[in-house]
Amino acid sequence: MDLFEYQGKQLFARYGIPVSAGAVAETVDDAVATAERVGYPVVIKAQVQVGGRGKAGGVKLANNADETREHAGNILGLDIKGHVVHRVWVEHASDIAEEYYASFTLDRAAKKYLGMLSAQGGVEIETVAEESPDALAKVEVDPVDGLSEAACRAWVEQAKLNPKADDGAVEILLKLYEAFVGADADLVEINPLILTPEGRVHALDAKVSLDDNARFRHPEWDEFTGLEKLDPREREASERGLQYVGLDGDVGLIANGAGLAMATCDIVHEVGGQPANFLDIGGGASAQVMANALEVINNDPSVKAIFINIFGGITKGEEVANGIVQALGQVDIASPIVIRLDGTNAEQGREILKAHESDRLVSKPTMVEAARTAVALARAARQASATMNKGTR
Amino acid sequence: MSILVNADTKVIVQGLTGGQGKFYGLRNRAYGTKVVGGVSPKKAGTDVEGIPVYASVKDAVAETGATATMVIVPAPAAADAVLEAAEAGLALIVVVTEGIPMHDEASFYNRVKRDFPGSRILGPNCPGLLTPGECNIGFIPAEVAQAGGPVGIVSRSGTLTYQALNELAEKGIGVTTCVGIGGDPVPGTSFIDCLELFEADAATKAVIMFGEIGGSAEEEAAAYIEANMSKPVVSYVAGVTAPPGKKMGHAGAIISGSKGTAQAKMEVLEAAGVRVATNPTAAGELMAEVVSGL
Repeated sequence: MDLFEYQGKQLFARYGIPVSAGAVAETVDDAVATAERVGYPVVIKAQVQVGGRGKAGGVKLANNADETREHAGNILGLDIKGHVVHRVWVEHASDIAEEYYASFTLDRAAKKYLGMLSAQGGVEIETVAEESPDALAKVEVDPVDGLSEAACRAWVEQAKLNPKADDGAVEILLKLYEAFVGADADLVEINPLILTPEGRVHALDAKVSLDDNARFRHPEWDEFTGLEKLDPREREASERGLQYVGLDGDVGLIANGAGLAMATCDIVHEVGGQPANFLDIGGGASAQVMANALEVINNDPSVKAIFINIFGGITKGEEVANGIVQALGQVDIASPIVIRLDGTNAEQGREILKAHESDRLVSKPTMVEAARTAVALARAARQASATMNKGTR
Repeated sequence: MSILVNADTKVIVQGLTGGQGKFYGLRNRAYGTKVVGGVSPKKAGTDVEGIPVYASVKDAVAETGATATMVIVPAPAAADAVLEAAEAGLALIVVVTEGIPMHDEASFYNRVKRDFPGSRILGPNCPGLLTPGECNIGFIPAEVAQAGGPVGIVSRSGTLTYQALNELAEKGIGVTTCVGIGGDPVPGTSFIDCLELFEADAATKAVIMFGEIGGSAEEEAAAYIEANMSKPVVSYVAGVTAPPGKKMGHAGAIISGSKGTAQAKMEVLEAAGVRVATNPTAAGELMAEVVSGL
């Protein structure tokens, strides 16, 4: 789960990382009230989970109430690359002497944590990494040992910041590491981390991605949910606990396991079709989960045929079959279904489905055959509806 | 011949008394796996259809001589279960539990690697492993698999592990060992670990490797294959059609930028001499060609 900047800053503040005085506002009046409280000049920043908001006019400086009113009014409701701004963060503007970059994440290849620090902040760090890799100081942290103050200091020295910033940077980075581990984050990033003319070091931005698997030990995360902007299909699926990604085609897909779900997209593509979605019902899905998945797919008007591809390991064939039967009884499934069912208790599952098979529910023995059939059915449905449209005209 | 497990491997199940643990523990035993014990502090002294339940892994190992475990406990308890297994000296710790926090995985992986070098973790979030006709630990539906080789299977995704077995079975090709390494951020056993074991296993003559988008495990495997493998490798990388920047299902499968895409991985693998297929069925067909030429 990716946090908005303001949520990230609130989280940083809990770990003692200095951030500017500010607050989130959903209305122009709230923005002005915050500006009055924190003191001018203020920076008004669009809260969206997409890069490039500055260029899009989503970050503005205001010196008084009128300017705050004008900028907040323009930014709220602004569409930045498809993300509509519902909230702005208003904070006291900082004087900046230098801008740095700092982050912690997992280095998957080394299987250890990786801290990255650069004296060249404020820009995309990918660009720095590519164009001047020496400007990126790295520290490998063993998760068992953690980050010692000595290791942190050596790392900061390696980054060659302004020497005035070293002590402040060490202090912040130790706290940032604590936040990374303690808050169960996959990524914590400060860009820019700034040095003020008075010599203070301070986080001007906050990018935090939390590990959804750790939700069980973070009841406080409830405050973060429900705010992300999702494709309506993705929202419905997420509410039902399904892993769903909307795509542009017309063959609705349901599979178990991310790998098989991706392979199902690939094979539909290869036999000449276009997947409408990626949907992973996960391991050990019950009949109810299967029924939910079918309903989500059925609610997508672009779907012309449905391909269910199940290879049960932990998922049981009879549960899958019962889910399909249950969904057929509950809702009117608009598109024909092609199913390929293999693995654990597949025989039982196929037996259950047999009684319901028709030209609307077809069973195929292999993944390739099932994909071909589903793609052909989608094509036929598309042609039929095109003919119908011509007829009505 | 096989890698990691064989007919003599004695296995305990941490979580045998839970619903999933019981189902898969018994299913593994029914396949012929020597499932010799379970662990549950609260239910010590009882049994699950004849499989004795012990209070701790240490007790279970002392009583049964087990060398492997399947960890099938809820995610919040997984880290402790893995460390308990390593402390008890088990050589193979198969973690099928899914949904374990990344920081727990990073922590127990490094702890075991440093303090218990004799223990290997497979997983987490993996389907387990199978030596057909001898030993099955985990979720792999083993019925279709043919024993005896000459092909070794290694896959990141669980369901694609089954698909690989199925493709080979349909062509009448046997398997030495089939390993699902799991798609989580910190896998205890990597592609390279398995490739190395297959290269050293006399019965394995060729390897099928199923990868997926995200991370750089396939690229690392490609470099290893080019430098060290004499046996032919056939591969498929799931997610050719995945749109960039979208998270496809689990933590392993995220693409950002060009690195980590299926296309990039396939190119690197091909350059390393791997025969790359565009779907699992085509991979099975390529492997059939390889096997007929052995």
